[in-house]
Amino acid sequence: MSTIQNALDVEHFVPPAEPGTWAAIRGALHSWPITVGGGVLVLWVVVAVTIPLWSWAGPRETVGERLTSPNGSQLLGTDALGRDVLIRTLYGARDSMPAAAAVIVLTVIIGSALGALAGYSGGVVESVIMRFTDVVLGFPPIFLAMAVAAALGPGLRNTVIALVLVWWPIYARLLRGQVMTIKNREHVEAAVAVGVPRRRILRRHVLPLAITPVMINATMDFGQVLIFTASLSFLGLGATPPSPEWGLTIDDGTRNFYQWWISLGPGLAILSVVLAANFLGDGLRDHFDVKARG
Amino acid sequence: MTNYVLRRLAITPLLLLGIVTIAFVVSRIIPADPVASIVGERNMNNEAVVSAAKKRWGLEGGLIEQYFTYVKNLVSGDLGTSFRTKQSVTSDLWERLPATAELAFGALIVGGIGGIALGITAARHQNKALDHLARLVGLVGSSLPVFWLGLIALYTLYVRIGWFPGPGRLPARVDPPPDVTGLYTVDSLLAGDFGLAWRCLRQLMLPAFVLGWSLMGIVSRLVRAAMLDELHADYVRTARAKGLGEGDVMRHHVLRNALTPVITIMGLTLGVLLTSAVLTETVFSWNGIGTYAVEATKRLDYPAINGVCITGGVIFLLSSLVADVLYAAVDPKIRYS
Repeated sequence: MSTIQNALDVEHFVPPAEPGTWAAIRGALHSWPITVGGGVLVLWVVVAVTIPLWSWAGPRETVGERLTSPNGSQLLGTDALGRDVLIRTLYGARDSMPAAAAVIVLTVIIGSALGALAGYSGGVVESVIMRFTDVVLGFPPIFLAMAVAAALGPGLRNTVIALVLVWWPIYARLLRGQVMTIKNREHVEAAVAVGVPRRRILRRHVLPLAITPVMINATMDFGQVLIFTASLSFLGLGATPPSPEWGLTIDDGTRNFYQWWISLGPGLAILSVVLAANFLGDGLRDHFDVKARG
Repeated sequence: MTNYVLRRLAITPLLLLGIVTIAFVVSRIIPADPVASIVGERNMNNEAVVSAAKKRWGLEGGLIEQYFTYVKNLVSGDLGTSFRTKQSVTSDLWERLPATAELAFGALIVGGIGGIALGITAARHQNKALDHLARLVGLVGSSLPVFWLGLIALYTLYVRIGWFPGPGRLPARVDPPPDVTGLYTVDSLLAGDFGLAWRCLRQLMLPAFVLGWSLMGIVSRLVRAAMLDELHADYVRTARAKGLGEGDVMRHHVLRNALTPVITIMGLTLGVLLTSAVLTETVFSWNGIGTYAVEATKRLDYPAINGVCITGGVIFLLSSLVADVLYAAVDPKIRYS
């Protein structure tokens, strides 16, 4: 009896051989979209983290005349309060990037948990969760996000909450689909046959296999979430002055429409992050050959 | 097929009720007192004014009671009265819907044609320079914050070069055409005023292009994928083997099959289209649903916010329904069961 149990020790079943983590990372670095996309993102993270250490001026510091065009000492000119636009753009990464990252992390956790629960339990639980996702997805995302953000009041933290409420259903659907496929695989059936508790099966045998597509999807979504966050700030439903958040600074640029340089920096910053996230996501998808896309 | 359509139609009211419920709940979690925003802080101590305002705006009774009143009014097409414009939200929305529709339609033409062209170009030159270029154009379109693109476009093409007129649906000091459809281009044509039609079209071009470019990325990506699938199919090899020219292979065989999914793709872009439309309208002072929603959220005018959410939800649900049904009708391979 116990030998059979050991032979079928699916508790420690490892899904088909995969290269070690480091080998996988080294392999991935050979693809240029991953290197370039990842590189740009890492660069922005480094800027966001270290800028207080090397910045030559503060984001709220008046460095010169108001609204001067780009020149030798202010490469991107100054805004209506005489603040350096380049400095503010770089500091903006400290607001925009963590906000978008928080949205992604929270949506992945909440959406995946609900999706996995739905996919694995089936029945009433599944119906309730999935109908709820249908309803949320039935809203044009912008209107729901605007309504929630308006209800909660201004501030980047509330923007994050609003976006999480709008975005999680995508991951619930993705995870449910994944779990439904994986749960019919042999190693899961074997685990069920041996009597491994359901929760443990889900955690050890199902979820690890579902993670790759979720991570890839999350990488690609990062850019879109960043744009969405900036959009809400642009509409006056996100970051509040004097934050150097990118969307808010672009809004500032609309009020000083003829001073084109004010919105130039943050616009290019958003573009670079979003392009990088797309390259990285695309590259990862090709690298892992995942076909699923939410 | 019929079954599928019927089932989709049966679920639609339930989804709508869900949407209405969520919109209601969201609007009632506003921490700010709506009464205060209507009558002003100073009048809050005046019992008579407060109770009159509550009665006027349907804020009496408990939440459940308010909810049922709201749903009941909704069924008869009454979305409530806007705090801001003091008009019925339904008529406010009807007034602005054509502006958004005109912009969205223009953008769909730009994005659809541009996206299909890019997708076809990319697929036909797979992994060559043109493929990379076409993909980059699409990718940049979907990576640009549309409100920034709008600003840049206005600054360069209107202020600097002067190729396009400034923001707004009409040039300054020009009266709109007599109202028939609410679409200025169509209405001025109906009135026989071709000069005005051309001027309205010129007002539309820049925002439609800005909004359209943001759709091109999605469309071109999916068209490219669909084209590549078809290009590698056996029937294409047969067609080539029997000596058909490349143009004929494309026109008579590949495009026909590859472009069917474009219907669904167009349905998929709707969320992006609406999101970008709100922002584009804001930048171009385009007086549509988007600017209305932005004004409403700024003033916590939640009858209006709810109205926009629910209208948006209806448009969303119906268009995805239409896209799915059309797709099933066009493509005999798909049979929903």
